Amino acid sequence: MQIQIRGIQKTFGSFQALTGVDLDIESGELIALLGPSGSGKTTLLRTIAGLEFADSGRILFGNEDTAGIPVRERRVGFVFQHYALFKHMTVFDNVAFGLQVRKASERPAKDAIRAKVLELLDLVQLSGLDKRYPSQLSGGQKQRVALARALAIEPRVLLLDEPFGALDAKVRKDLRRWLRGLHDKTGYTTIFVTHDQEEALELADRVVVMNRGRIEQVGSTDEVYERPATPFVFDFLGGVNVLPGIARGREIDVVGVSAPLPCGTCDHTGAVDIYVRPGDLRVADAAQPSFEAEILAVQRTGPIVRWDIRARALDQQLEVEIPHLHHDVKQHVPGQTVRLRLNQYSVFARGAKGDARPKALPDTVLIGRERERGRLG
Amino acid sequence: MSSQPVDHSLQDPPKLPFEPLIQRNAVITEQPWVRWLLTALALVFLAGFLLLPLVAVFVEALRNGVGTYLDAVRDPDAIAAIELTLTVAAIAVPLNTLFGICAAWAVTKHTFRGKQFLITLIDLPFSVSPVVSGLIYVLIFGAQGWLGPWMSEHDFKVIFAIPGIVLATVFVTFPFVARELIPLMQEQGTDDEQAALSLGATGWQTFMRVTLPNIKWGLLYGVLLCNARAMGEFGAVSVVSGHIRGMTNTMPLHVEILYNEYNFAAAFAVASLLAMLALVTLVLKSFLEWRLGSELAATRKH
Repeated sequence: MQIQIRGIQKTFGSFQALTGVDLDIESGELIALLGPSGSGKTTLLRTIAGLEFADSGRILFGNEDTAGIPVRERRVGFVFQHYALFKHMTVFDNVAFGLQVRKASERPAKDAIRAKVLELLDLVQLSGLDKRYPSQLSGGQKQRVALARALAIEPRVLLLDEPFGALDAKVRKDLRRWLRGLHDKTGYTTIFVTHDQEEALELADRVVVMNRGRIEQVGSTDEVYERPATPFVFDFLGGVNVLPGIARGREIDVVGVSAPLPCGTCDHTGAVDIYVRPGDLRVADAAQPSFEAEILAVQRTGPIVRWDIRARALDQQLEVEIPHLHHDVKQHVPGQTVRLRLNQYSVFARGAKGDARPKALPDTVLIGRERERGRLG
Repeated sequence: MSSQPVDHSLQDPPKLPFEPLIQRNAVITEQPWVRWLLTALALVFLAGFLLLPLVAVFVEALRNGVGTYLDAVRDPDAIAAIELTLTVAAIAVPLNTLFGICAAWAVTKHTFRGKQFLITLIDLPFSVSPVVSGLIYVLIFGAQGWLGPWMSEHDFKVIFAIPGIVLATVFVTFPFVARELIPLMQEQGTDDEQAALSLGATGWQTFMRVTLPNIKWGLLYGVLLCNARAMGEFGAVSVVSGHIRGMTNTMPLHVEILYNEYNFAAAFAVASLLAMLALVTLVLKSFLEWRLGSELAATRKH
């Protein structure tokens, strides 16, 4: 089901939850609404479901305007963050609920309901647990029951509110992969809400990054990660170091190094902020333009080694992430000096961070990436 | 350099010291004799002020033998009082159950203007003296009251008749069910109902299949307390009943009349019936608390 969202506004008292949201969702897409708490992502999801009502704007399912259609008749499969399973019913009755409450004329026969429920339980890999009660299930199992229950009504769109929020890290990862597989198999148009950027990037076809009730960027996972449209998106999708710099035409001066403002034909003069991910600060060869930094602390987390460094030219503490193969245990110890270079970075006009949209700098970002992902990015 | 450089990369995580199982409750720091004294005080107080009167009721009721006891209970006036009490409870309790569910539903599942005022209003019967609540009805429906003349014209009696007793009882016992349900339903939230609606259930189906099963133990508990109070209410009923023997006397009023006539054995015999009601209520209440407790715990586990 194709969904069109047009100019949705919503306020709670004096709080602007959504300020004019426009979004097109293609049939069969898996979309993530990503943002911090209070960004309006859950409100948007609940508005699509009909659990909240927009102050203005329209939501179309296909060509049908949903205004005035109550949640009961929208045929949306909504999966709640805390599952909202009916505690006093068995797994079977939970999944069958949506079919059993239909009018007698539309209700499938008992055998048909039974067959359908068992088929769905098979799909979510819970065969044999149909007689259990929700309290006898693990978090991941409950989540899958909730999903089967939502799928039972053959929804026009599947809406998931923080689907993995209440699960522990390992289960979350497994379930994520499984959900992606399920989506590919069933093809339901699916929208899910998350504040976990890793989850959004791994699972979704397209990511909608939201902040303060508006959409910051919509794009494929590659687009939002590699070409963030705003400082907020850059900041939200992974860690970031912000370096002050000066742009002079086609060049920028940053940490005493001259670097290109490499967006083809653009130029800019004035103060800028250079956004660099911790993984894009690399140890430099002697020949490369580089800046000097002192290692303050070293911490190893799994395959990545994290350094806290202080750039000499800036007197500013920065974060660096190095694959542990590149980390020389003897050399790279606190107190040592290293030379670093900027690999990939984005440039925003100063003052763009915060609530203001980035001031239109011609071709804001887009700095050539040294395509060296193959050589251990 | 402001911050001390630290290298965490090569260190083993620090070993946790072996922690023994908790041997003592850290909260209890008092000397044993203090603890014993406090416990003993509490028990003596309970025995003196609660258990002793309860035992006294039964002892006094049976002082002149089982025959007298049975005679007192089988007395036509006593039977009429028992019947009236049961009738009043049979009307007041279902009414307040219905009102209580509606009020709790409105307060917990919806937001509207004046909600806080409604909650305060529900508590009103708890904060007003029962005698005053009885008097209110006398003022409205009594012979000299607002509606009194009109009502006597139409030959409909409220005061000194069963309708008045029912009204007073309904008023006094109104908060019990609502008060029990509101916190329970507040904690449960509205996710379950929203899930049911999104699956295509109607409002009524949602209530019957989802909300009601979720609150059934709390509801029973509230009904039980409501019933105990409905049968035991004295003050408000006393004002509106008129104490007509065999007609408008409920059990508590009957006890008072017998007592004022120095018919102690009979008074205590009828009182013992009320005391037994209290005991049954207590047992049921404990059972429900046990059920409710595990149910609430199960809710929190999710």
